[in-house]
Amino acid sequence: MRRTLSMVVNDQPGVLSRIAGLFTRRGYNIESLTVGTAEQPGLSRMTISTTGDEAELEQIIKQVEKLIDVISVVSIGEDALVARELMLIKVSASAPARSEINGIVEPFRASIVDVAHSSLIIQATGDTDKNDALVELLRPYGIIEIARTGVTALIRGQLVSA
Amino acid sequence: MSSLEKETTRAAQQAARGFIGGDLLVESLKTEGVDTIFGYPGGANLWIYDALYLSDINHILVRHEQGAIHGAQGYSRASGKVGVVLSTSGPGATNLVTGIADAYMDSTPLVVLTGQVAVAGIGKDTFQEADVMGITMPITKHSYQVRDPRDIPRVVREAFYIARTGRPGPVLIDLPKNVTGEVLPAGEDYFSNSTMKIHGYQPRFEPNALDVDRLREAIKQAKKPILYIGGGIISSGCSELITRFARETRIPVTSTLMGLGSFPPDDPLYLGMLGMHGTYTANKAVFESDLLIACGVRFDDRVCGKLERFAPNSLKAHLDIDPAEIGKNVAIQYPVVGDVGRSLALLLEDVPVPDCSEWLSKLQKLHAEVPLTYTKQPGILKPQEVLEMLQAATGGQAIVTTEVGQHQMWAAHYYKPVSPRKFITSGGAGTMGYGFPAAMGAAIAKPDQTVVCVAGDASFQMNIQELQTIFERNIPVKVFVINNRYLGMVRQWQELLHGERYAESRIGGPDFAKVAEAYGVLGLRAENAEEAQAAVAKALSHQGPVVVDFIVAEGENVFPMVLPGRGSDEMMLADRWSE
Repeated sequence: MRRTLSMVVNDQPGVLSRIAGLFTRRGYNIESLTVGTAEQPGLSRMTISTTGDEAELEQIIKQVEKLIDVISVVSIGEDALVARELMLIKVSASAPARSEINGIVEPFRASIVDVAHSSLIIQATGDTDKNDALVELLRPYGIIEIARTGVTALIRGQLVSA
Repeated sequence: MSSLEKETTRAAQQAARGFIGGDLLVESLKTEGVDTIFGYPGGANLWIYDALYLSDINHILVRHEQGAIHGAQGYSRASGKVGVVLSTSGPGATNLVTGIADAYMDSTPLVVLTGQVAVAGIGKDTFQEADVMGITMPITKHSYQVRDPRDIPRVVREAFYIARTGRPGPVLIDLPKNVTGEVLPAGEDYFSNSTMKIHGYQPRFEPNALDVDRLREAIKQAKKPILYIGGGIISSGCSELITRFARETRIPVTSTLMGLGSFPPDDPLYLGMLGMHGTYTANKAVFESDLLIACGVRFDDRVCGKLERFAPNSLKAHLDIDPAEIGKNVAIQYPVVGDVGRSLALLLEDVPVPDCSEWLSKLQKLHAEVPLTYTKQPGILKPQEVLEMLQAATGGQAIVTTEVGQHQMWAAHYYKPVSPRKFITSGGAGTMGYGFPAAMGAAIAKPDQTVVCVAGDASFQMNIQELQTIFERNIPVKVFVINNRYLGMVRQWQELLHGERYAESRIGGPDFAKVAEAYGVLGLRAENAEEAQAAVAKALSHQGPVVVDFIVAEGENVFPMVLPGRGSDEMMLADRWSE
């Protein structure tokens, strides 16, 4: 079962280390981790995408909550959240292939952000599955490099994540 | 120097060098009520020592930093107060790591102060630099590195609060040299800004009333309930409440190693310790129970054995202040998160009385039929005999600390502490070298009580250098070395599980009585029961510290024993299996 943990943490040195260390020490899995400043100064929002069964996820949340620098943690199921990841893909693109690639990129609402002689950089935003699909469609053209940010997320509607 | 002279000299010296970060630290420690620090000076903590010079805080100068931290642990476990330890940077700080891990495992409240190289040198592989925060992150409840001396009062306040509240544990404060040495302008109020900023820390004291009600109903329905109690009872200070609760409900009680002393050992409801070396009846009772009421425990593997065979037919209730303990190892049907004493008090408001008198009398009969036992041998001193003599001489009134191994289990079996904080042992981490310095700390915390360290010949050698500390300060610790010339527990496992291949478990030691004498401490030696009897009497009546070397049988094993991977109902009692 995949869950997204949205946490508000103190924006202080060592916080990332504490959280990552806890996951390592207790043998929990991290699929992706993003961190950036939150709405309040001095606080950061960290989003961790993890997998495990019900009991394991409950333990993860409780152990994370014990860290003094973690202000709040919520676990969000797939359906209740807006989850987005930014992806940059550098793909081989000879002149004839470009229009084809354009045709692939458009329905994904991705955009071409850099054009060189024989390559393009495409920027895509979406959930992980959508980005995965785009990668597969572009693979035949020759993927040179991929950089993905990992998922960041908020709960849908009025509820707040912290 | 009189205390007035001290104060005057101190004030003059402070005026000459200016008010520094170190002074702010010492003032903050005093605000927290600190009267004793265990420590060792070095380059990076010199300004802290400068501030401690002539202060009225009692500084115990140890001979190894590990002795300091176990001393602080013993002090804390005996008194219930936060233990304080101070080291320098680098190797001084890394020598504390074992003690920090030990305190974390056994939930002992400590504030660990480590010197650090100056901020400008951090990250540059400076002389005696170590990333102590990084090294200790997984074994501390929280940690700080102070970068501005003005933060010291707030950080110290938060550290003590975090260490002693909720589930207690060690908190580390790393103090760079320039921070403790910085001269601060006089006349400012550095303490007005010590308001705590720990929004992410809200330990839950008050349990959910509905959870308590659910448990109350479950207890009423139970036919074979048992109370499984541990160190949390001592941390919470609710030994009287658990005793009242057991007596009013007539539910039998078993304790973990960490919980010994929290329930009266001679109460007919008490079945002794459970687990790998638990009593036959305690383990049987847990196995057959239909409702296991766990209070302030953590379902440790040395208690549970093979999890699938741990109390397989019981519903389980767990009362604990740490929500992460609920369901960590064993599924719990009745969780009650909060202070265990508060939860018991709520249960006592309307005591659920189960119909379990048949169960209780069955267990009591079993307990009488299968007591702890060993065989005496004429002319040879058995280790258990020494512990029985200690019990007889003290009546369980003394504070006993232990090292780790067979002697620790025999102490748990035969010494019967009458109240909490009288049995101090390294339970979770199993740290050899813990007991002797812990005894030193306990004796400083409780100068009016007899303090005995039950040690093994191998464990004692791990921090034997503290003999100098107890000699200098005349700390009247009585060390009982149960000397079998072996790493006894290792030898036992090799005998039972490794085909008697005794690899490296035979271990030599010095003449401990002579070693003691070399340090100026009274040394005694006993090789048979009469000598042992006399030595126990002499040691306990001696005013100062003493080491007694009890030369005991080599091959004695600790029984009962649940072999690793077995269920708690499958016990070896002496040389035969229970079933």
